Amino acid sequence: MKLLELQRTMARAVMQPLTSSEQMRNTSPGGTPMRAYAARFIKPNDRLTSFERLEIYNRQYWFRLLSSLSEDFPGLRSVLGERRFDAMCKAYLVDCPSRSFTLRNLGSQLEFWLESHPGFAGANQALALDIIRLEWADIEAFDGKIELALRAEDLANQPGDTLRLRLQPYVRLLSLRYPVDDLLLDVRTDQDTEVASNAFREGRKRKKVRAVARLKPSRIFLVVHRIDNSVYFRRIEAEEFAVLSQIRKGKPLGKAIELAMRKSKIPPDQQAASVQEWFQNWSAMGWFCRLEDPVAAS
Amino acid sequence: MPGNEFNGFTDYGIGIGLRATHYDHILTRQPVVDWFEIISENFMIDGGRPLQILDSILDQYKVVQHGVSMYFGSAERPNREHLRRLKDLVKRTKTPWLSDHLCWGSVDGRYTHDLLPMPYTFEAAKLTAEKVRQVRDFLEIPIAVENVSSYAEFHVSEMTEWEFLNEVVERADCGILLDVNNIYVSSQNHSFDPFTYVNSIPAKRVAQIHIAGHSKYRKYILDTHDHPVIDPVWKLYERAVQRAGHTATLLEWDDSIPSFKEVHDEALKANKFLADTLLAKAV
Repeated sequence: MKLLELQRTMARAVMQPLTSSEQMRNTSPGGTPMRAYAARFIKPNDRLTSFERLEIYNRQYWFRLLSSLSEDFPGLRSVLGERRFDAMCKAYLVDCPSRSFTLRNLGSQLEFWLESHPGFAGANQALALDIIRLEWADIEAFDGKIELALRAEDLANQPGDTLRLRLQPYVRLLSLRYPVDDLLLDVRTDQDTEVASNAFREGRKRKKVRAVARLKPSRIFLVVHRIDNSVYFRRIEAEEFAVLSQIRKGKPLGKAIELAMRKSKIPPDQQAASVQEWFQNWSAMGWFCRLEDPVAAS
Repeated sequence: MPGNEFNGFTDYGIGIGLRATHYDHILTRQPVVDWFEIISENFMIDGGRPLQILDSILDQYKVVQHGVSMYFGSAERPNREHLRRLKDLVKRTKTPWLSDHLCWGSVDGRYTHDLLPMPYTFEAAKLTAEKVRQVRDFLEIPIAVENVSSYAEFHVSEMTEWEFLNEVVERADCGILLDVNNIYVSSQNHSFDPFTYVNSIPAKRVAQIHIAGHSKYRKYILDTHDHPVIDPVWKLYERAVQRAGHTATLLEWDDSIPSFKEVHDEALKANKFLADTLLAKAV
């Protein structure tokens, strides 16, 4: 058996889901008996059959990846409950196996996957999607890129209406149907997200999860950002969210404000003051990047 | 071997793995430690607290990078994004050498995030050595490959594990990160003499040594890095430094991590054996 064929053969078995009792299945991915499948390429020894040796890797694969998702999405786990969360993660990993060298990206497709698999969240689908969005934004904000922050002097002689500001890459904007920020802060526990260098765990690290009472829908607009490298959730007004979203899309400042204020409930005579106050807050938190040098940019 | 071409001609002494549970202790107490080993993948990110902490550590300590997902033995090309991020980190840490495992873990772009054992074939040795060379040429620093613990052996193997290791490092002209705990674990799982392994590796290529604890089950041993180093592993370590000389040594403790002092004290037990190598050199 050539190297590539052997690796494909072993990977198919290793990545095949376990039984409900967390053992290797008796049937191989191709439907043949797993004992014969394992014996084709793995030697038995005086203590373990080929099946049992392969099973060690099969179990470790699932323990490692399920533990990783569990650590990254404690809020979702609370929303769904442990059994539903486990079932959802297993199905997700079958459909979306890791395609990144780092476990950090394991949940990157979870929101899109769950949107097309609503059965796993049942009546809590919308809540589940919101908490996924928040927990993924938290991961992105935690280790996202930071650029030099915009200074007041950078704006001197800049044309206000056509000025194009840029948001820091780590800043995440969320429009959510449920107030999941409070929920997540409530259920979050310290997590150890490090990758062990060469260590195996015999069992999965399970964290106690309590079922979360169903939240009532209540639209919130959230910025997930960092201050001194700690991640914070900041609720903002609908108009603030609209302005920031237009800026992120690359709209000139004047256009961004105009578009954001079209459906605003803020009285016209108060809009200018509101916008000024927002920009003061956003700038103080360092959400804007320094303007690109037009020469360098060209 | 101290100060050889495979560890950037350094003589680093005894280090421990940098783990999040010890960050506060290290940054506030500033304990004397020869060096820290970091898991590269934990810092191959764009920004945020992990890099801030790493920079603080780099201000005060020597750091060596150790990877877990290069998969030199995977039958696919190195991931370009992985290499680019790794090179950025190498520039940041100025690691004198870089290590990763002699294993595979991905196929057709799908990652298992595990250190899967190699079939010990000439085909695999040739491909693995070629990938080690590609990575070294891209990163422009010495590479050391680490022997892994394993729980399975393949029918197609044409040689022993240590013969395979030798075949790869000679073809790649790279260093070895000799993990004596992994040798012990595999020797128990596959019924071979671990001293034969240690006596067979080319000592001049040993850039670094790993020591660690493991967990024993009824029919096999798992490499769990959650216990102190046991005496049989220390005996292998003693033999390894007899052969390789005063070599950079690193204790891995990744699960059920005790206090910083307990981990460091465990690592410093290696001094007893390293001192003997200096004594032997003196006489």
